[in-house]
Amino acid sequence: MNNSVGIVSAQRATFDTPLIFRSGAVLPRYELVYETYGTLNADKSNAILVCHALSGHHHVAGVYADAPGNVGWWDTMIGPGKPVDTDKFFVIGVNNLGGCHGSTGPSSFDPQTGKPYGASFPVITVEDWVESQARLADRLGIKQFAAVMGGSLGGMQAMQWSLSYPERVRHVLAIATAPHLTAENIAFNDVARNAILTDPDFHGGNFYQHGVVPTRGLRLARMLGHITYLSDDAMADKFGRSLRAGKLGYSYDIEFEIESYLRYQGDKFAAYFDANTYLLMTKALDYFDPARACDGNLDKAFAAARADFLVLSFTSDWRFSPERSREIVNTLLHNRRNVSYAEISSEHGHDSFLMPHEHYFDLMRAYLDKIAKEFSA
Amino acid sequence: MSAHDPIELAAARPDFAAIAAWIPEGASVLDLGCGDGSLLRYLKETCKVRGYGVEISDANIVACIKNGVNVIQGDLDSGLSGFESNAFDFVLLSQTLQATRHTEPLVREMLRVGREAIVSFPNFGHWKARLHVLRGHMPVSDELPYQWYDTPNVHLCTLHDFEKFCTDLSLQILDRRVMTGGSEIHLLPNLLGSMAVYRFKRAG
Repeated sequence: MNNSVGIVSAQRATFDTPLIFRSGAVLPRYELVYETYGTLNADKSNAILVCHALSGHHHVAGVYADAPGNVGWWDTMIGPGKPVDTDKFFVIGVNNLGGCHGSTGPSSFDPQTGKPYGASFPVITVEDWVESQARLADRLGIKQFAAVMGGSLGGMQAMQWSLSYPERVRHVLAIATAPHLTAENIAFNDVARNAILTDPDFHGGNFYQHGVVPTRGLRLARMLGHITYLSDDAMADKFGRSLRAGKLGYSYDIEFEIESYLRYQGDKFAAYFDANTYLLMTKALDYFDPARACDGNLDKAFAAARADFLVLSFTSDWRFSPERSREIVNTLLHNRRNVSYAEISSEHGHDSFLMPHEHYFDLMRAYLDKIAKEFSA
Repeated sequence: MSAHDPIELAAARPDFAAIAAWIPEGASVLDLGCGDGSLLRYLKETCKVRGYGVEISDANIVACIKNGVNVIQGDLDSGLSGFESNAFDFVLLSQTLQATRHTEPLVREMLRVGREAIVSFPNFGHWKARLHVLRGHMPVSDELPYQWYDTPNVHLCTLHDFEKFCTDLSLQILDRRVMTGGSEIHLLPNLLGSMAVYRFKRAG
């Protein structure tokens, strides 16, 4: 693996200053797990923060010594000589607060009660995440990121960084994202949430004490989500109307390959992901709307931004369509920010942002190489 | 010397220097059909403009990013609806006019979005082009290097045609430079000039 960051290990940072959420809730103490790749330069100007989407986490690149098959979720993008070149940049992946991969979240023990937070974990917003990430940046001595980047919900965090901390981010790479979700998008999230909330094993979010997991709900939520992350064409190409048994069975068992695939994806996800985290993540997506505080005026919301932007969308992405990226671009134009925008031809739907694609990677490499010249010059 | 040295660029593209001469330092510029971003980069280096390009080709988007200029991927023939009125001091259309399909609405859009427009195009009235037609063939030259069957150029015109177009659309021509191979042409421009650059605005 000559272009992998190689063996990595997660680190943990504890924060004892209470974090006040947008909702008014207070978390007196929290932990974030994170990984870093590459070397922070002397003036700490080469750091990139990678923000994850709904089901992501801090393991962005490389592998673990004890789990060589567990490759980071954006390993194709990040590593020595890759578009996000770890020979030039110091890259940070962090598990978001409320997550289920080691950072404090609903499945963590609440020191005040000695039980998992469960339903008592506060509903979290993108702004809250940025706040928690800023404290991690402080801890690492990073005053200003060379870039904050992410796709989907990760792109929302990257944009929010430029609004919450305009002076702390030089570039925002906002990929397959939107300035807010549409009603249709919220509707998909609500169906997913309902699948979990109505699962008898959910127990109002406190299922940990009952020794059960709302697997059925989580699995349905994932199956629905997964459909919306693909495209009609991609599904037709991959599965078509193929039957597993080669013939109709006249039953409700798994017959079509697409059914098999979705159930597999649902089962796999439900086996490791926390149902409360899923609820929190979809809620953060629904709530993100920087224009809301400015009477619906997105231009006003972005007036604070000082970063340069790269905005990327994918033609077949109907969950975060190119039109939504154009809204971001137009707002940046109205605010006279430096911005470049590309609409990438890809058939893989919303998931395109996670896939290796020559033109996509060329764009990322070109943009990031320009950023690297800013601090190596 | 890099391939993007301003002096070399100006020699390769004589319209660049002509355009730069009209643009005051620090102006805001929108370059439509900006290609690999060479003109914007040249204007950034020579006039310190604040600029954006609009370009349709994937390869050119990457080239623009490498050139360090802002570029928005988009199709000029679907309009400039994303841009606010009077957002720019200048809207440029360099060697692209002849390849646009909806030329008249686009020129109107240029002057909605910008205070002034600058357009450069190959002169179809140049004597070499006329000679080609006189001999019974469509013109092929340095400025018009395509064969009739593979040309992206669908709206070719002469200087006279363009000036009549401006009159018909109530556009006021502020300045004009006519060139052949980098030298400025003053005598019989519609016959001796191979390329023209116009600067114009809405009349009145």
